[in-house]
Amino acid sequence: MDFNLSEEQLMLADTVQRFVEQEYEFEERKKLARTDRGYSELHWQTLSDIGLTGLLVPESFGGMGAGPQEALIVMEALGRGLVLEPLLSTAFVAVPLIARHGNKAQQQLLLPDIAQGRLRLAIASLEPEARFDLWQVATEARPQEGGRYLLQGRKTVVIQGDSAQQLIVSARTSGNSSDKDGITLFLVDAKAMGVTVKGFPNIDGHHSAEIFLNNVAVDGSAVLGEVGRGYEPLEWATDRGIAALCAEAVGTMAKLFDLTVEYLRTRKQFGQPIGRFQVLQHRATDMLVAVEQARSIALLAAARVDNPDPGSRRKAVSAAKSVVGRNGRFIGEQSIQLHGGMGMTDELAAGHYFKRLNCIDMTWGDSSHHQELYGDVM
Amino acid sequence: MDLNESAEEQAFRLEVRAFVRDQLPVEIRDKVLKFQHLEKSDYVTWHRILGARGWGAPTWPKEYGGTGWSGVQRVIFEQECMEAGAPRLLAAVNMIGPILMRYGTPEQQAYFLPKTRDMDIVWCQGYSEPGAGSDLASLRTRAERQGDHYVVNGQKIWTSLSLWADWVFALVRTSSEGKPQEGISFLLIDLNTPGITRRPIRMINGSMEFTEVFFDNVNVPASNLVHEKNKGWSVAKHLLVHERSAQADIGLCKRMLRRLKEVATTCLKRGRPLIEDQRFRDQVVRVEMDLLAHEWTLLRVLSMIANKRDPGPETFVLKLGATAIVQKASELLMECAGPDALPYVAEALHEGWQGDLPNALEIHTLAANYFDWRRISIYGGTSEVTKGIMSKMILGL
Repeated sequence: MDFNLSEEQLMLADTVQRFVEQEYEFEERKKLARTDRGYSELHWQTLSDIGLTGLLVPESFGGMGAGPQEALIVMEALGRGLVLEPLLSTAFVAVPLIARHGNKAQQQLLLPDIAQGRLRLAIASLEPEARFDLWQVATEARPQEGGRYLLQGRKTVVIQGDSAQQLIVSARTSGNSSDKDGITLFLVDAKAMGVTVKGFPNIDGHHSAEIFLNNVAVDGSAVLGEVGRGYEPLEWATDRGIAALCAEAVGTMAKLFDLTVEYLRTRKQFGQPIGRFQVLQHRATDMLVAVEQARSIALLAAARVDNPDPGSRRKAVSAAKSVVGRNGRFIGEQSIQLHGGMGMTDELAAGHYFKRLNCIDMTWGDSSHHQELYGDVM
Repeated sequence: MDLNESAEEQAFRLEVRAFVRDQLPVEIRDKVLKFQHLEKSDYVTWHRILGARGWGAPTWPKEYGGTGWSGVQRVIFEQECMEAGAPRLLAAVNMIGPILMRYGTPEQQAYFLPKTRDMDIVWCQGYSEPGAGSDLASLRTRAERQGDHYVVNGQKIWTSLSLWADWVFALVRTSSEGKPQEGISFLLIDLNTPGITRRPIRMINGSMEFTEVFFDNVNVPASNLVHEKNKGWSVAKHLLVHERSAQADIGLCKRMLRRLKEVATTCLKRGRPLIEDQRFRDQVVRVEMDLLAHEWTLLRVLSMIANKRDPGPETFVLKLGATAIVQKASELLMECAGPDALPYVAEALHEGWQGDLPNALEIHTLAANYFDWRRISIYGGTSEVTKGIMSKMILGL
């Protein structure tokens, strides 16, 4: 075991950290979050230029060919700055999915454009009745003549769905609405006839979309992977995204913790810094333990997310998501409390970090959902 | 970054695992796994088995007859032994050994180290006093120099297993000048010296392993002083810093969790294993997830040690993490027993009991075990003291 970063990894961490320090001044970020788009095209291009959209894209398609460890390094650094650009779905879920399960033509068509920052994707997997269950798919894909399909259904809270030009849609080609078999993944143009995308901002400033599919016609070439066997690739790619999201949460928690400790050192009441009070000191050390726990378990997720043993992967990823969700909320709640009245204001950064941590818990399975998944394979 | 155990680490782990599996006597292992009380002979037997393999002093360097293992190997060793149900090593080896190597005179080293390693001398630790618990530096047991010896008067408490021990290493007050820490010395005392009385304390779980030790005009040769007079505090502190990664107690945590899953599979609720009950299962899952995080924090610490870097806040996180896991696991274990946790059968805590209660014998140790583990947040510095140190040293508050 060696947790030291390699030369290349150190450079990567350094580059992303510099981007956050230079471009993500908190007041600017707050303004950016309130724009219609919710992020900056300029930042997006910068992130692409420093190699992040193509981080996981194989070198043969113009990317950096990196893996879950590099994803962890990048996302942790972005998490510290509450970066808004919609990298997660494209760079950390769609890319691995296409690189592993797409055919040559799809890879050639999509991956170089992603690496160049010209193409964004979103994963349209969850549905109104499904809560966090990826296998609950009622959206239908009815086979037509000439190998075509007609898609009919509704996808809900599609993360970063309103900025994507292409969607990866899970739809049912056979079986009942809660079968893991019979799910097929389709590449769908967000502007195709019959697709309606209703974007909205989340409480943390990131964006999601409701997506309506009304008799959307797609070619057979739009099938990503095998017909009827889309569930496992979807689950794995989502796990890749979850591992990256856990790393983002670690960065967010660590920064929020730093802000809180700084406040304890400087805020004075009763003639002394409030950090002198033992009851607050102990609360702060509980937060420290929670950050370190989250950091450890996010490393575990990065280490095991590609493990060929599905039980080992499930445990690692679900444990990470569950612990990160629980600890993230704990740190958020404590930091608001320790900031007192100021913590409740929109002016201070603390509340914005708290909201992001809360939204991370609610993305791709909350703490109890992953506790349940873990219990199923324990 | 390399997030996999190295081939050498893995080979070492398998070697230790196989050794413990083949050599640990079944009756000792079963007592440990079922939370029954151990006898002195159990500890000595296991220690001698390790000694025969050359592993009697796992934390010692080779020149003192130890193993010369790296920090990583020591943790793997501890983990494998504890997880498999081996008894803990007594205070002798891990604590007094490194102290004597660092601070002992050549004579002290030559006399004590071999005997300690071979268990010809069993040690106990005399630190706490009735008036000096978390505030250890306020200790009052006096040692006054008279000619070529010290005369010791006072009382120690929570001295584990002193009834089995031959010697005690004690912190004593040799000066009342300056800061309380500056008047403390580290003294080795033969427990058979006239004037020493040892008395067991009955604990809430029924055990008698903790004792009080009284010193009434006890003569101790001045040559038994370790390091300089009034420098005993730094001797004790050296050890604390030195062995912090051992406080991860990862083997203990794993053993408790495995036992919890076994017992929760055997105990039934409405005819089904308790572990299938959603309410119960979720709690077990949480402990297991916390244990994974704990294990990876330990790996991070070991990676730092291997790279010759001083581990930071993670070591304190390990102590608090182990505490939370062990206490929660022992609580859930007791809950497994349901109403069978009620009967208190003192004999069930000892080997060979064949009682006449309806359910499996081992169920009847679970409540006592729960009460016993409340101590993990108290010994070696309470959780609150630990948090105080953390907020000062790490957070600068």
